[in-house]
Amino acid sequence: MPAMTVVQIIFVVTAIITFLAAIMVVASPNLIHSALWLVLTLGGVAVVFLLLEAAFLAVVQVAIYIGAIAILVIFAVMLTRQVSTGLASQVNRTWWLAAPAAVILFAGLILLFSQVAGFQGLAEPLVKEPGTLVVDLGRALVDAQGYVLPFEVASVLLLAAMIGAIVIALPPAPVVEEKST
Amino acid sequence: MLSQWTFLAIFLPVAFVFAAIPIVAGSFLGPHKPNAAKQAAYECGMETVGDTWVQFKVQYYIFALIFVIFAVEAVFLFPWAAAYDQMPLYMVMEGILFLLILAGGLAYAWRKGALEWV
Amino acid sequence: MDVFFRDPFGWVSRTWNDLLTGLGLSSELATLLLQLVGAVVLTGIVLTLSGVFLTWLDRKLSARIQDRLGPNRVGPYGLLQSVADAIKLVTKEDITPDGADKVVYNLAPLLAIMSVAGLWAVIPFAPQLIGTDLNVGLLYLISIGSIGTLSIIMAGWASNNKYALLGAFRTVAQLVSYEVPMVLALIIPTMLAGSMGMGDIVARQRDVWFVVLAPLAALIFFISSLAEVGRTPFDLMEAESEIVAGFNIEYSGMKFGMFYVAEFLHAFTISALTATIFLGGWQGPGAAAFPLLGLVYFLIKTAFVYFLLTLIRFTLPRIRIDQMNDLNWKFLTPLALAAVILTAVADKAALEAGWSRTGALLAANGAIALVTVLLLGRHARSLRRRLEARVARATGS
Repeated sequence: MPAMTVVQIIFVVTAIITFLAAIMVVASPNLIHSALWLVLTLGGVAVVFLLLEAAFLAVVQVAIYIGAIAILVIFAVMLTRQVSTGLASQVNRTWWLAAPAAVILFAGLILLFSQVAGFQGLAEPLVKEPGTLVVDLGRALVDAQGYVLPFEVASVLLLAAMIGAIVIALPPAPVVEEKST
Repeated sequence: MLSQWTFLAIFLPVAFVFAAIPIVAGSFLGPHKPNAAKQAAYECGMETVGDTWVQFKVQYYIFALIFVIFAVEAVFLFPWAAAYDQMPLYMVMEGILFLLILAGGLAYAWRKGALEWV
Repeated sequence: MDVFFRDPFGWVSRTWNDLLTGLGLSSELATLLLQLVGAVVLTGIVLTLSGVFLTWLDRKLSARIQDRLGPNRVGPYGLLQSVADAIKLVTKEDITPDGADKVVYNLAPLLAIMSVAGLWAVIPFAPQLIGTDLNVGLLYLISIGSIGTLSIIMAGWASNNKYALLGAFRTVAQLVSYEVPMVLALIIPTMLAGSMGMGDIVARQRDVWFVVLAPLAALIFFISSLAEVGRTPFDLMEAESEIVAGFNIEYSGMKFGMFYVAEFLHAFTISALTATIFLGGWQGPGAAAFPLLGLVYFLIKTAFVYFLLTLIRFTLPRIRIDQMNDLNWKFLTPLALAAVILTAVADKAALEAGWSRTGALLAANGAIALVTVLLLGRHARSLRRRLEARVARATGS
């Protein structure tokens, strides 16, 4: 086997850590531990972004996923009461059917992906000139021939998410005696 | 560009180790006399009743959620701001439209009372 | 000698490189080792500085503001007081509460320190002296800061204590809320500098500091950073008189010491960040020619902001949590949104109409400030009227 470059070694180590952390997210009986393993998984993905020379995406991954969404997930986990019991079994009765099905699905996907041209060589860095990445991205986001429509639609999507969550999550307003009437 | 991050790959573990050294030193230098009273949870001197569970107010979740929305918005706006110098006015207005839509969301949350601390 | 003064850091790295390649190491390894030494020196300076010097400074300043002497027994002017406190903390017993989740419990203080120390890697101290000039520096600051927030939830949950958990929830809700105006306020320096990198932001402040071009953004960033750190008037996180120690109730000995040091270090770090982003960092007369002078300017500006912070801390009372919440969502966030919008429009309009950029931006900021003051005045008057009506009803009827 040819000697691997440092970047490749780092990638393999990161991939293994991310993979194991992802398994622990599902396998851990304690919900908070699952959330913390999720944080590690997301951190691993951020390192993979870095190795692809997409520094902006890596930093965004840490800031949004770990800094906001992981905290949201932990809050959501704490809304339930079963956090610390962790006595439930991690497997259900039909695991002997589900496990082979999952393995077959995984093998099929790997076979499919290996046919795609992009997966057959060493990964090239995503960005050719990383120095101007952020500025180019900013221009592309508002360029009329660029991505301005998805950009604005994204804001409407975020608005819908916020309104929807408030409608669902807000407790009914208590009746307050109005002093001005 | 990856070389920019090697300093960080060195720095963060060094900071971690620097923080760990006094703690480890503390565990060697300090006494070790565990007893039941010291290890019980601290509740201003009273005995703990019931398990450790706090009624989690949904208000906390709403704040975290609004933070997620605004953080994603800021992440979209940072490249827009970085490219600001090279943009004609109409592109700036598109970014401002993005901002105004989400400001409308904040106004909705305000009117619905989602921003009150229970 | 002249070369040394004109480019000291380049001289150091060149000498190091020559020395090590002379010994037979490859050039990359030499650079790597230089970075390692730099990292150790930076971490060492930053942690010991905050642990020893800043805590002493804080106690002395607070004492003088409160018209008393402060520590003056241990060492000259009480300088060794922090060393004595550190030795005391190290020799305390490390009590782990039962039922605590060992791994998470021990990891939390380490992550807190790592998150705050990580902020120092991107701060430009002098023209050539910066840990690493990431071109996404501002977002990196936000992302590393969010790891600190995570460590607080970990600490609160792992302590197996109702009050720690409650304190952690409130603390994280406060931290997470105040990140919104902070992030929005940071968009403005990005607009003015055309880049997210800290080195570029400082370089663009050569002629005029960003605090002049965007005073509102500086104010919003300063106030939200105060809340992020948990300094009075926002120190509900560790309100000693209210919820004991909040999320670090169950931490003793050096682990508590680490949380304590992390808080002081964070306060100093945001002083450094405010000085870098808004006060021009190392810019000053003669700094470009003599980088060491730039380092001196940076330290002076950081010390000034830190002094301001401490003055605010010992002057203002702590505000209630619902007041703090209202301040964030109903005042700072709309203000930050308005500031971003108006700065964007004013800067482009000034460019296209040919007006002076500084004048247009100052006018925009002034307009927002005026409108804000008028709105606040109207709101205060209506509140007062309602209060007086209530009092009149209670006493009259």
